[in-house]
Amino acid sequence: MTYQNIIYEGLWKNNPGFVQLLGLCPLLAVTSTVINALGLGIATTLVLMASNVSVSLIRNIVTNEIRLPVFVLVIASFVTAIEMFIKAFYYDLYLTLGIFIPLIVTNCAIIGRAEAFASKQPWDRALLDGLMMGLGFTIVLVLLGGLRELFGYGTLFSQVELMFGEAAQWMTITVFEDYEGFLLAILPPGAFFGLALLIALKNMIDARIAKA
Amino acid sequence: MEFKVSNAPFIHNNNSVSKIMRQLLYALMPAIVVYVYFFGWNIVVNLFIASITALSCEALMLLLRKRPLRAFLTDYSAIVTAFLLALALPPFVPWWITVLGTAFAIIVAKHVYGGLGYNLFNPAMAAYAMLLISFPLQMSDWSVILDTLSGATPLDAIKNQLKITDLKAWEWINLAFLLGGCWLLYKKVITWHIPVAMLISLIIISAIFFLINPNLYSSPLFHLLNGATIMGAFFIATDPVTAATSNKARLIYAAGIGILIYVIRTWGAYPDAVAFAVLLMNMAAPTIDYYVKS
Repeated sequence: MTYQNIIYEGLWKNNPGFVQLLGLCPLLAVTSTVINALGLGIATTLVLMASNVSVSLIRNIVTNEIRLPVFVLVIASFVTAIEMFIKAFYYDLYLTLGIFIPLIVTNCAIIGRAEAFASKQPWDRALLDGLMMGLGFTIVLVLLGGLRELFGYGTLFSQVELMFGEAAQWMTITVFEDYEGFLLAILPPGAFFGLALLIALKNMIDARIAKA
Repeated sequence: MEFKVSNAPFIHNNNSVSKIMRQLLYALMPAIVVYVYFFGWNIVVNLFIASITALSCEALMLLLRKRPLRAFLTDYSAIVTAFLLALALPPFVPWWITVLGTAFAIIVAKHVYGGLGYNLFNPAMAAYAMLLISFPLQMSDWSVILDTLSGATPLDAIKNQLKITDLKAWEWINLAFLLGGCWLLYKKVITWHIPVAMLISLIIISAIFFLINPNLYSSPLFHLLNGATIMGAFFIATDPVTAATSNKARLIYAAGIGILIYVIRTWGAYPDAVAFAVLLMNMAAPTIDYYVKS
């Protein structure tokens, strides 16, 4: 598998959010704002890269029978490390994301990549795959977060200080002044509607490309 | 020998669809008249806005989906959806709520699922639930009338008094819906199964709790004549596309709606429950059909 292939698979053709539909739980739960989505996306990407490289390095030592528990252990350790990191340096973000940081362990996209890709490939490819799958997931999270925040609150990048500090306050955009809010977009059904619309859009673009 | 089993939608004869839809519109007239009497002409404006929106959205979706425009636009189904939604909304909702709700009903609840005959959920009720969840303030505001009457002093006494007339209005509206429902039965547009099963199950469950503790639980009559009970029984639950198909299955389907209405009204967070009850049973309808083979 070439590097280019890995990039294309992760970002578009086999995108975990749009195509594999893996990790839907955090995808639907924390995407009420862009910043929440971005925070979780980056955390997931870091875990994915680290776990992919580790799994790839130990792939010849681990026997087939115990591989799944070993993968879970590896992933859980990295998630714990990330959780402690966020707790130490981005405490407010930690409070907002709450249970969904430790729940990264259960994100099927991560164990899916470990099983389907990293356990069969050399470490450099596994690293790139982790990065691209993570980025692909993050893009979906941020798009969905933007969509829901825009329609739900009428803003974009609100609470940006959670990630980038007080100096980044200027990034918050109020798109609609005096917006009364569209509650459905923020509630769980809004996440399903938003994701469905985004997937439909992706399929439409794919169909256009196939036709051209 | 092979038998051809055809699935929904049964819309080969467009003529019959438009005939049924026209009868539905006639049957709604008594309720609209009573509505105007109690809440003023605003409902007519709402009906108009909803119909225009419904027809435009229908045309837009038909164009996008490359379906014949005329056949579907003239079958009145979009208008019926618009009327049912407008009648379910409070009379003084801002116009954009009506527009948004109708557009949601036609575009998302109807056409995204495949158009007339394919939709899993009753479009009017899906839109109503969407609006109620998104805009709880505007959607439960039946009291605008009393604000305009009492001006800047919303005294509790006046409020209570007007609430009583509000209740009376609801009873009359429900009776008007009942009249329209009887017309539908007489014209054989609907069968008795769904309305009767739904109302009886609602009466039985509310009677049980009323007999246990009359101070805590409202009477069966209150549940029958308030909210959208009668409208739901005759006009919404009977929607042939989203209901169960065989008569036996329809009895179970409708009884489920009646029980859910009571449960959600009594222990739920939202004021009326017909929309949620119908949507939940819409979801269950295919399963009921599967297990009840007549």
